[in-house]
Amino acid sequence: MKTSQLIDALAADPSRPGLNLGARFSLALGAGALVSACLFAMIVGPRSDIAHAAHTLRFDLKFVDTLALALPSALLAWRLLRPDARPGALALTLLAPFLLLGAAVVVELTLVPADLWGTKLIGSNAMHCLTIIPLLSIAPLAALLFVMREGAPRNPGIAGALAGAAAAGIAATLYASNCPDDSPLFVASWYPLATLIVAAVGAFAGDRLLRW
Amino acid sequence: MGDGQIDEKWAGMMRAAIAGDEAIYRRLLEEIARSVRTMARGAFSRARVGDADVEDVVQETLLAIHLKRNTWDGGLRLAPWVGAIARHKIIDAMRRRGARRFQPIEDFEMTLAAPEVEDPHTRSDAERLIAQLAPRQRDIVRSISLEGQSIAATATRLSMTEGAVRVALHRSLKLLASAWRNASQ
Repeated sequence: MKTSQLIDALAADPSRPGLNLGARFSLALGAGALVSACLFAMIVGPRSDIAHAAHTLRFDLKFVDTLALALPSALLAWRLLRPDARPGALALTLLAPFLLLGAAVVVELTLVPADLWGTKLIGSNAMHCLTIIPLLSIAPLAALLFVMREGAPRNPGIAGALAGAAAAGIAATLYASNCPDDSPLFVASWYPLATLIVAAVGAFAGDRLLRW
Repeated sequence: MGDGQIDEKWAGMMRAAIAGDEAIYRRLLEEIARSVRTMARGAFSRARVGDADVEDVVQETLLAIHLKRNTWDGGLRLAPWVGAIARHKIIDAMRRRGARRFQPIEDFEMTLAAPEVEDPHTRSDAERLIAQLAPRQRDIVRSISLEGQSIAATATRLSMTEGAVRVALHRSLKLLASAWRNASQ
């Protein structure tokens, strides 16, 4: 087939404007989060003392951490859908959750006596954290990957990993309201591990689904 | 005309194309094809892989540009976006041919206005891949590309509505792109 003949076929295929990629990406993010929120309410729901917990700094800090993961990851995943993306400064915002957690851990270590560090780190329900966060990540990750197939990321694996991190951020935000452990020592040990699992799944899936 | 002006012209043409101007879209794709051809030839010769399938890369790039139009930011420049897609496809093609190390691919802007003509070659990936489509889709793509028929004429001949032909054409182009991708893995 000559190139001019292919061009004939391409020109005959009309463009359908529809929703732009950014809108569809946001929609997928919202829909995925909604499904996970329903699932969360069905299986565990927020902890019973949430009204009291909401007044404690350690509890609230968990949401700052998880949102600091979800937002930059989602923004960057969206940005990388363009083949000519230059992530630049946006990529640096991915450091935010780590810096926040790191700082919180340092403060916690000075506030809590050394003999309690182990107890705080192990917490009461690490396995819950490692199962519920990945479980609640499934819907947002699937929705994001579905929409991202319309994109053209230069590195599909990285784009998938970021979608996974964004999904884990959403899942962790939900789970944080159930999780009885508020110490930054716990959060810094287990939440990133759960995120890593989901990001790895996202990278694996992205490498297969987002090729173009 | 300087590169910047060409770039702005391309961006304007793409906007018109997205708004539905088929003739401008065709002209834009022809201009892009020439630039991508130059770029691919340069990259292939520097990597010493021979340029037998340059035209396949050009066609694969055009198809990607068409299917991924929604990832262009709609700004003043089109060339960096086209260049990124072409580079992606050229690297894929070189990898397919076993090139291990890549010379940096010439900056796209440098090759913008080069008057490169198509190498009339015998074998075409696209043709082989089209042959693998379902019969109805194959008929439609062949009719519009190889035989140069209009949508209307194709619809009449196959007793379909024009809308159905368009939908089938779009679906076939997507399938073609994915067949290409699978062939290159």
